[in-house]
Amino acid sequence: MSVTMTTRQVGDVTVIDASGRITLGEGSSAFRDTIKDLVTKGDKKILLNLGEVSYIDSSGIGELVSGFTTVSNSGGNLKLLSLTKRVQDLLQITKLYTVFEVFDEEAAGLASFN
Amino acid sequence: MAASFQQETMEKSLDSTLDSVDFADQAAIEFARKVGFDEDDQNSISMAVRECMVNAVAHGNQYNARKKVYLKIEAMPNSLSILIGDEGNGFDENSVPDPLAQENLLRQSGRGLLLMRAFMDECEHSARTPSGTLVRLVKRLQES
Repeated sequence: MSVTMTTRQVGDVTVIDASGRITLGEGSSAFRDTIKDLVTKGDKKILLNLGEVSYIDSSGIGELVSGFTTVSNSGGNLKLLSLTKRVQDLLQITKLYTVFEVFDEEAAGLASFN
Repeated sequence: MAASFQQETMEKSLDSTLDSVDFADQAAIEFARKVGFDEDDQNSISMAVRECMVNAVAHGNQYNARKKVYLKIEAMPNSLSILIGDEGNGFDENSVPDPLAQENLLRQSGRGLLLMRAFMDECEHSARTPSGTLVRLVKRLQES
């Protein structure tokens, strides 16, 4: 199964609920397209919920980083929510936990933008 | 591990496609189960095999339909060994920028080798003849 991305608006924050696998090919391009679309629309506060993402490979990690850079360069913020243990491990191994702001609870993630 | 464990080997020549990545991933998980690796270790093996196969298919063979990826999986009583070979132009480990260096943290690519090393007990690269790279990945069962 590839990744499914749905977006919802909570106040002025756009929450992306992702589920499935973010891997080389369809999964990573779907993620890239969603971020690009949001940035084009002018969304600057983006909370990416990875709670239902079962698998990310290095290509998927690359897309997370690229999304972070794209949103930052447009003057916005991309933060992460509800990481599974596997994704947490990947962020530890790759040292990306020093780059991303990560939240366990959605309310805390939303509040952090204001 | 079952007392009746039989050493088992699989050898395949695969096309340079992402379907081959999925095939190798599934085959490695199946062999890992036979050896007796738990789910966490199976996930680690899956991650390393996918990274290695993507390197072979995308970077080594560059999706060239005329080039094949060699896959050999050996299940042994206490370990799993995986060989993955491509027919590309070779690979110099030292030429890969350190993905953990501060200035490289925001690079989009270059983390595959780091993940393979993190998730496996052994990860060795060697040159193939006449061309290409052979990677040997080994995961050992931990004594409980």
